[in-house]
Amino acid sequence: MQKEELDWNLVIDSKRGLFDLKLGKVWSYRDLLVLLVRRDFVAFYKQTIFGPLWFFIQPLFTTITFTVIFGRLAGISTDGLPPVLFYLVGITCWNYFSESLIKTSTVFRDNAGIFGKVYFPRVIMPLSIVFSNLIKFGVQLLLLVIILLFYNLTGNHYWPSFYIIFFPMLVLIMAGLGLGFGMIVSAMTIKYRDLAFLITFSIQLLMYATPVIYPLSTIPADKQWIILLNPMSQVVELARLGLLGKGYFNWLSLGYTFSVTMLVLLLGTVIFNKAEKNFVDTI
Amino acid sequence: MNLAISVEKLSKAYQLGEFSTGTISQDVQRWWMLKRGKEDPFLKIGEANNRTSKGESNIVWSLKDIDFKVEQGDSVGIIGRNGAGKSTLLKLLSQVTSPTSGSIKVNGRIASLLEVGTGFHPELSGRENIFLNGAILGMRKKEIQRQFDEIVDFSGVERYIDTPVKRYSSGMYVRLAFAVAAHLESEILIVDEVLAVGDAEFQKKCLGKMNDMSTSHGRTLLFVSHNMTAINSLCRTGIYLQNGELVKSGEANEVINYYLSTSTEVATKKRWDLETSPGDEVARLLEVKLTDTHGNDIDSIDFYQGAIMECTYTILKSGYNPAPNVHIFNQKGDYILISGPLKSQIHNKQGTYTVRMKIPSHYLNEGRYIVGVALSTIIPQVIHFYEQEALIVDVLEDMEQRDTDYRGNIPGIVRSILDWEFEAKN
Repeated sequence: MQKEELDWNLVIDSKRGLFDLKLGKVWSYRDLLVLLVRRDFVAFYKQTIFGPLWFFIQPLFTTITFTVIFGRLAGISTDGLPPVLFYLVGITCWNYFSESLIKTSTVFRDNAGIFGKVYFPRVIMPLSIVFSNLIKFGVQLLLLVIILLFYNLTGNHYWPSFYIIFFPMLVLIMAGLGLGFGMIVSAMTIKYRDLAFLITFSIQLLMYATPVIYPLSTIPADKQWIILLNPMSQVVELARLGLLGKGYFNWLSLGYTFSVTMLVLLLGTVIFNKAEKNFVDTI
Repeated sequence: MNLAISVEKLSKAYQLGEFSTGTISQDVQRWWMLKRGKEDPFLKIGEANNRTSKGESNIVWSLKDIDFKVEQGDSVGIIGRNGAGKSTLLKLLSQVTSPTSGSIKVNGRIASLLEVGTGFHPELSGRENIFLNGAILGMRKKEIQRQFDEIVDFSGVERYIDTPVKRYSSGMYVRLAFAVAAHLESEILIVDEVLAVGDAEFQKKCLGKMNDMSTSHGRTLLFVSHNMTAINSLCRTGIYLQNGELVKSGEANEVINYYLSTSTEVATKKRWDLETSPGDEVARLLEVKLTDTHGNDIDSIDFYQGAIMECTYTILKSGYNPAPNVHIFNQKGDYILISGPLKSQIHNKQGTYTVRMKIPSHYLNEGRYIVGVALSTIIPQVIHFYEQEALIVDVLEDMEQRDTDYRGNIPGIVRSILDWEFEAKN
């Protein structure tokens, strides 16, 4: 009898530890993750006329708009960089972060149908969102590289600097921030749906507290720390420094950004895990 | 015999209406109590789940202290009326939600099929959806690849396997979806009433496949259905739930008989107020009742007389073409018939209408019938109401009037008078 008790390979009950994240289970569902990312990609280009071209159109038009409004009309400095390159780096990074966050924040509502019928580790869904957006990010980065090459061929030299080695880490930070914040909000949107609108709106505003349309160098030196409290600020600046050779970098600031990311990610995972358990009853 | 599933003191409470206790201090207090492993102080215990009477607290126990064990290789039918807790039990078993207290211990991989085609994406091809759906159900890519040909073969849609599933007919869609699920390599399979869809031939194939899985492959099967015939043919044992409590378990046959003898109470008249009546903003059901051919209320249908089913509803909004329809089931859950008026008879203007449907004599055999009443518009498709157990009626036969010497039970669903002709040949 005692032996039988030990043999159970699954026990379903009401208790679950705060840090019982079942990461092993997530790993065993890795094929699902890949297929979901594929689904998002395929479904996206099958439903549109331009297909993957949309990945280019949105950042390109935003860049042109920013160039005209903030560059020409408002005359905001671009750190001596060509406005198109300057804005494109900021927009590409910002989009990756914000779209991961916004999409993740409504993950329970968007997938209520599936979640109500089948069990799989719920965290697979937010992960698939972040990976889908990563593909998009990669494609947009390609656009950036093409434009960068074009500038270099026409005689202006803007080469990536040594700081480009930080780039993989920056991608991880953006993904982590988007995922972490998104998961925290997702748990709250179960109860309070209106929060989703608030988030979309706040993210738009938050962009202006990030050096996307202006360089950090335009901020007085003693006030720069305020902008740097926003973990995305160092990311955008360092991405510019790496890709275009002009931007702000500080080890302390990077350390801070990294710590915030880890904290948000941990908090998000714990909250998400707690929420996934019974959300089906509430939604 | 090894156990596959052991359910111990399993309970699940649902909260109706407001989800927080109302104030932050109570929310915090509850959190603190639960944190220390105590019971929720705002949960009232001891109220059984009964949807007909409204409880004092807004917490409903959908399942209460359920205990049962399932042996490996067994096939268990879960039966009970609507709202008895069957689907809650399935949800708990498939980990879609977690229990309020108690536990389920499982030995072996568990796969649940609460719906066919979960996660199917209309834009993807049949092939892509097989992989996606399989992965959602917990299969690894390699497993799906290995079984791919068999799945396609079982579904019978190989010609369209690279066509987006949005172009599939609903039958093809269901067949493909079930084929994926049927090839799950799990030791325990949990199946909800998904077989209600699809054509009869395919249903038979599914039942056969499920039977095959539990008998020759030694897999454990848990099956929920309203159809006692299906349960009887598929399951060895049964569990009967009533208002969230386990009333009886044992041999499938015994449990089904017990269920049939206790589950339904005759109801030959129902009436609703406009506020609480079934329906939407277009139409509401006000009254259903059974009368004899002279309009007098009756408690049962005389086999030799027939009866009238009278239904009163009101149309609040024009612009639809709401047609009443009546659905009759026998106690085993078999669909006996659907009946509706002719198109030319339908009224669609605002107002209250009474419709009468005559159930002829010499028609339904003796027994108990569950009558559902619905009002639906075909284009655009809207179901204004569907009261599933509007009436529960017995058809009784007065033996005196039987025109044969045979006095025993006459089996069959219908008992019509057919034309017989005799011709003497010498």
